[in-house]
Amino acid sequence: MSAPAFCTALGQAFTKAFPHAQPGAGLTGGIMIGLAAAIMLLALGRIAGVSGLAARAAGIAQSGAPRSTALAFILGLPLGALVVSLITGGVNATFPATPTLIVAGLIVGFGTRLGSGCTSGHGVCGLSRLSRRSMVATGLFMASGFATVAVLRLTGAL
Amino acid sequence: MSNPENTTKGGQMGNTTRTFLALLSGTLFGAGLVVSGMADPARVRAFLDLLGPWDPTLAFVMGGAILPMALAWRIRLRLERPLADSAFHLPETRTLDGKLALGAILFGIGWGLGGLCPGPAIASLSLAPASAVPFVLAMLGGMVLHRMVTR
Repeated sequence: MSAPAFCTALGQAFTKAFPHAQPGAGLTGGIMIGLAAAIMLLALGRIAGVSGLAARAAGIAQSGAPRSTALAFILGLPLGALVVSLITGGVNATFPATPTLIVAGLIVGFGTRLGSGCTSGHGVCGLSRLSRRSMVATGLFMASGFATVAVLRLTGAL
Repeated sequence: MSNPENTTKGGQMGNTTRTFLALLSGTLFGAGLVVSGMADPARVRAFLDLLGPWDPTLAFVMGGAILPMALAWRIRLRLERPLADSAFHLPETRTLDGKLALGAILFGIGWGLGGLCPGPAIASLSLAPASAVPFVLAMLGGMVLHRMVTR
């Protein structure tokens, strides 16, 4: 089998196995996120960690990036989302009910401060740096995320 | 962490440049989150849902983001200082402790419960404020709570 034919077959098998997956969009968006984090690292010398920058922007964290840097980055997030939504004519998103969101938000806020980072700081920036702390943190929050959704499914909440 | 006010280069002008670059980075980050589908909590939860119709998209997002960053870390080794500041401000903690572990486990529970981590939640403030605002306010509340119990 030739290489292109093999790739086509692999792609078809992937689509059949995971009909809802969007690997192309995921990869494209992921590269954009990685480039954004690279700007923070190479231009500003900082980790693009959203939980830390949010805490700093809100005045909750005492140390970290200057307030203006943190605020600008955090304001950029909804701005970038809005730009894509305007270009593509809307974005599909399904959120849980408000009480669930509030409980989840509380745990995420407390946990990310205690664990010094989230998906961006530990996941994207830390893993690519081969940081041992970030590898442990990412392994643990992935595992507890899998376990939490498994419990939701087994209890019929999903 | 060094005091950023004392290590900045070029005074006010440098500050404006850094603020603009941070805005640029945040905007690209937020755009990437939406393009990747990670601003949809249902898609994130579908990745974490091993017992349901599993959606591997998030793995492609992580892989895609790690590629340019792995390159950026290599470039960083050749830089004496970042392009718009006089020094790097990077975490140097190496110790694995209970705080890191417990914090990560808690974060994973909240992430699985809501399908939202801090980046997508804040990015969604402009697209779905009715859901994103309560989550982000609660998240900031959780951060304040952490500060209160750790001081």
